[in-house]
Amino acid sequence: MISGLTVSERQSALLILIVMAFVGLAMAGVGRGDLLGVHGGIVLMISVALSFAVIGHYYDPEPPAERLAEYYDDPTRVGIVLAMIWAVVAMAVGVWVAALLAWPDMTWDVGWLSFGRLRPVHTSGVIFGFGGNALIATSFHVLQRTSRARLPDQISPWFVLIGYNLFCVIAATGYLMGLTQSKEYAEPEWYADLWLVIVWVTYFVLYLRTLQRRQEPHIYVANWYYMAFILVVAVLHIVNNLAVPVSLGHAKSYSLFSGVQDAMTQWWYGHNAVAFFLTAGFLGMMYYYLPKRAGRPIFSYRLSIISFWGITFMYMWAGSHHLHYTALPQWVQTLGMTFSIVLLVPSWASAGNALATLNGAWFKVRDDATLRFMMVAAVFYGLATFEGSFMAIRAVNSLSHYTDWTIGHVHGGALGWVAMITFGSFYALVPWMWRQERMYSPKLVEVHFWLALSGTIVYVFAMWNSGIIQGLMWRTYNENGTLAYSFIDSVVAMHPYYIARAFGGFLFLLGAIVCAYNIWMTIRLSKAKVVTEDGKTDVPVLEPATVLQAGE
Amino acid sequence: MGPERLDPVTGRTTTGHEWNGIEELNTPIPRVVLFFLAAFTLFGIGYWILMPAWPTGTSYTKGLLGIDQRQVVAEQIRQANAERAGWTDKIAKASFAEIAADPAMMRNVRETGRTLFGDNCAVCHGVKGTGGPGFPNLAAKAWLWGGNPEVIAQTISVGINSTDAQTRVSQMPAFGRTGMLDSAKIRSVVAYVRTLSGQKPDATPDKNLVEAGQKVFASECASCHGDNAAGNLDVGAPNLTDTIWIYGGDEQSINNSVFNGRQGHMPHWSGRLSPVDIKILALYVGTLGEKTQ
Repeated sequence: MISGLTVSERQSALLILIVMAFVGLAMAGVGRGDLLGVHGGIVLMISVALSFAVIGHYYDPEPPAERLAEYYDDPTRVGIVLAMIWAVVAMAVGVWVAALLAWPDMTWDVGWLSFGRLRPVHTSGVIFGFGGNALIATSFHVLQRTSRARLPDQISPWFVLIGYNLFCVIAATGYLMGLTQSKEYAEPEWYADLWLVIVWVTYFVLYLRTLQRRQEPHIYVANWYYMAFILVVAVLHIVNNLAVPVSLGHAKSYSLFSGVQDAMTQWWYGHNAVAFFLTAGFLGMMYYYLPKRAGRPIFSYRLSIISFWGITFMYMWAGSHHLHYTALPQWVQTLGMTFSIVLLVPSWASAGNALATLNGAWFKVRDDATLRFMMVAAVFYGLATFEGSFMAIRAVNSLSHYTDWTIGHVHGGALGWVAMITFGSFYALVPWMWRQERMYSPKLVEVHFWLALSGTIVYVFAMWNSGIIQGLMWRTYNENGTLAYSFIDSVVAMHPYYIARAFGGFLFLLGAIVCAYNIWMTIRLSKAKVVTEDGKTDVPVLEPATVLQAGE
Repeated sequence: MGPERLDPVTGRTTTGHEWNGIEELNTPIPRVVLFFLAAFTLFGIGYWILMPAWPTGTSYTKGLLGIDQRQVVAEQIRQANAERAGWTDKIAKASFAEIAADPAMMRNVRETGRTLFGDNCAVCHGVKGTGGPGFPNLAAKAWLWGGNPEVIAQTISVGINSTDAQTRVSQMPAFGRTGMLDSAKIRSVVAYVRTLSGQKPDATPDKNLVEAGQKVFASECASCHGDNAAGNLDVGAPNLTDTIWIYGGDEQSINNSVFNGRQGHMPHWSGRLSPVDIKILALYVGTLGEKTQ
């Protein structure tokens, strides 16, 4: 992969890595005696290790100029592998913390084994580690194919991918050491946040540069979604993480916001992270891989347009439904609730557009587990968005809020929609990327499908039951007019459901392990022989005036 | 842009766009989508007119229904209290003895006391009041400060070694750490204390050791725990002759207590719980350990 870089790109890579190593050294220096120093050491080690990797291939021959007549897929391949590593690790941590809720003594008084530290490792690991890498990997693939243009250079995609994973590592190790901003899904501290801004702006610029080079008159709908995902996540991330560090030698920072403003900013961020990270990005994925795999045209171009603008416009208002019946002024709650309800229409229009695209290809859905993953994902997307709009209604929320119903809702979306569309897309993408006719074992894809589906259903039903029981126990009065149950009564009542939930999560984890194995074996097959002819037709259209020059 | 193509499955034409083999049909937006978009938007507008909705600089539109969530909550709390007043007023007025003698009032105490205890006390004393290491067993009725409801209510109100001005204060000195007793004396007094509750010494019983311990007890411990070691309710000193131990009755645990001293804490609940709630809890605590049907 490094020998695929030109000499000048190898020089840029080294320069960037040396700067990063010095930043790591500086962090380790000024932050000694603080956890910032530990993270400085991690940055330093990773930068030095990567520098040696680059130096090792520094004198390799220049890549041939013909590469410019092909798409640049190395970062996509690495991104898929990284996504699967994060998936298995973070889902395993998820099963562990689920078990902790059922058997809370399993921390053995070890700080980093406590629920509070492991839980964000699970959430960040699956959302950012698995989901983020999957989005970056597929976005590079889709962007080039639908623009018929190669990525403009070979450094920035690597900077985005590796830089992003460095952020994820800093985040996860920080949680284990007890570092957190206490903002859900925005836990990493200020220096990690600043680094992510640099990476993310590079990502956006890379996207725009490639689109500028496109050889298609129109920008395909998948790219609108990917762009909305990148742009809005940048805005959310920057605003919600505005904070003042205690000092530059200290990992701890304090948010610029306080009280109810802090809560509102956080849930404006939190809900739009769901909207633009977990929805828009993965809709981009769906809009490419589903019609591709089904071999059918998108059901309705116009429906994609109104859904896109409906979702982007409406989601921005919805965050306050996380703060019903709190100190947040009621008018803000009203706006959050009403926009959340209208949001259901473009959400279902998107899900419907996906399912109607399958008209004429349902026999493939029956026979092909890969396409079935995508179909079920669209169904769960529809279910989760309906449930979300429903739970945003104040009266419903008064029952569901603070209960496990919320956890069930999130996992209906995360397992059923986000993970399923990703697995479906990967099963379509992996054979293309490694030039194979199909996955190593279609049977294992089938096994994974049923593990994932049954795991999701067990999980979601367990949480629906426990959530509604909790909510009802908390509001049941006896004839004296006092609460019939103490809080601890409701905790005891949850125990069987927590065991069921851990079991559902375990099934889902097993599926992910099967997937990782299948992908790994497909990659090994590609080492033996390249089967498909796809490589000859799957190429960009070169700009008419382009003269291929070495070093471009 | 390619030519528009007829899709034989749906009978519709494509838009003529094509990306890497993906086409789009020129299907108009289904009417049902437009209908629900209009319906849900109208619902939203209606809700905005009726409820607090849009900011207007320093204020906001109040809505035609004039509903305000703070007033709603205040009203609901007032109503709930009014509904409960029927029996809470009775409890507030009656003496502990009167309540204890009245089965109807005691039924209220048991029902309400259970959740009050579960939400406020159980985290230390356990759901059934049986305590745990460091936290007294209330069901065993081995009282530190006295077990009649008036005294329990006072303990709940002011706490033990709490931040309340009236707090109950109780401290056992750290005899070993501060050098008040050397290790030989501690060993002897521990051996003696264990005989008080009829426990066998861990090693071979040494009569001299126990006798020496008895002397140490008389000079150092009896002032609080009493000459007969039955405890003292005035200073919250536990009875050492029974089998109930807060910090454990084995040799090592007693040794720890003597060496490092003890100063248990219980927060004061006045200001956090209403006087009626405290009264209910004081009576409820008295019922702990009773056999339940």
